[in-house]
Amino acid sequence: MGNGTGIGKVRGLGSAKHGGQHWINQRTTAVGNLLLTVWLVISLLLMPNYDQATLAVWLAQPLVAVPMILMLVSIFWHARLGLQVLIEDYVHDDALKFASITLLNFYVVASLVFGIFTIAKLAFTGAPA
Amino acid sequence: MGQNLNRPLSPHLQIYRWSPQMAISIFHRATGFVLATAGMMTLLWWLSAIGGGGESFATFQRYVVSAGEDATGLQVAINWFFRLLALAVTYSFFQHLFSGLRHLVLDMGAGYELKTNRNWALAAFIAAIFATALVALFVASRFLGV
Repeated sequence: MGNGTGIGKVRGLGSAKHGGQHWINQRTTAVGNLLLTVWLVISLLLMPNYDQATLAVWLAQPLVAVPMILMLVSIFWHARLGLQVLIEDYVHDDALKFASITLLNFYVVASLVFGIFTIAKLAFTGAPA
Repeated sequence: MGQNLNRPLSPHLQIYRWSPQMAISIFHRATGFVLATAGMMTLLWWLSAIGGGGESFATFQRYVVSAGEDATGLQVAINWFFRLLALAVTYSFFQHLFSGLRHLVLDMGAGYELKTNRNWALAAFIAAIFATALVALFVASRFLGV
């Protein structure tokens, strides 16, 4: 590396070897989203009504809270990967790109933790009035 | 940098003739963006409204479902903004779901024949619009008394 020709430099550096993992993760979470959102849609269609009390009792059950948390993880991870590609494609300035990816990570992690906490609190402490 | 500013650039959206195959690609991206912003935030709002109790759920319903009988003009307008946003999120969900399924099939190396590719792209659009209409009808009859 360093003083070689253009092609020599490229060969020396190579790829970051991370591209494949990003691609696989996007597909894995896509299948997760598919299964879990279909579960959510079917569950909602089977609800007798959509009052807060009914929904809270429903959401507090372990077999609802767990898939709901899994769904949030799968969706938010998938969204993080997808928005990363969007930023990489459209934001060309290096500094702005770095800032955008940082903001994206904050946005996704903060909102995911908020969602998980909301469900966990309901499941552990019971439905509020 | 000494770059030739008039150098040929790769063609973009406005150059291509619109066809189902190219439209579904950009729609996949656009609907993904809608889901990752408005969709995820609405989902979290709904979940936290359930967790927050009757009063916070009533607030959610006033904004997203129905502003109620004694709402001011502004409240009705805000309600309609969120209703249209919910419609956009619903359409985005089904569009992204069906074009995502198409992507998974393409990832296996199937469906690249020109006619097949075009037909499945078209089918994904039709399925998404159909599913959105079904949900809209369900919501209208169940919650809005239409």
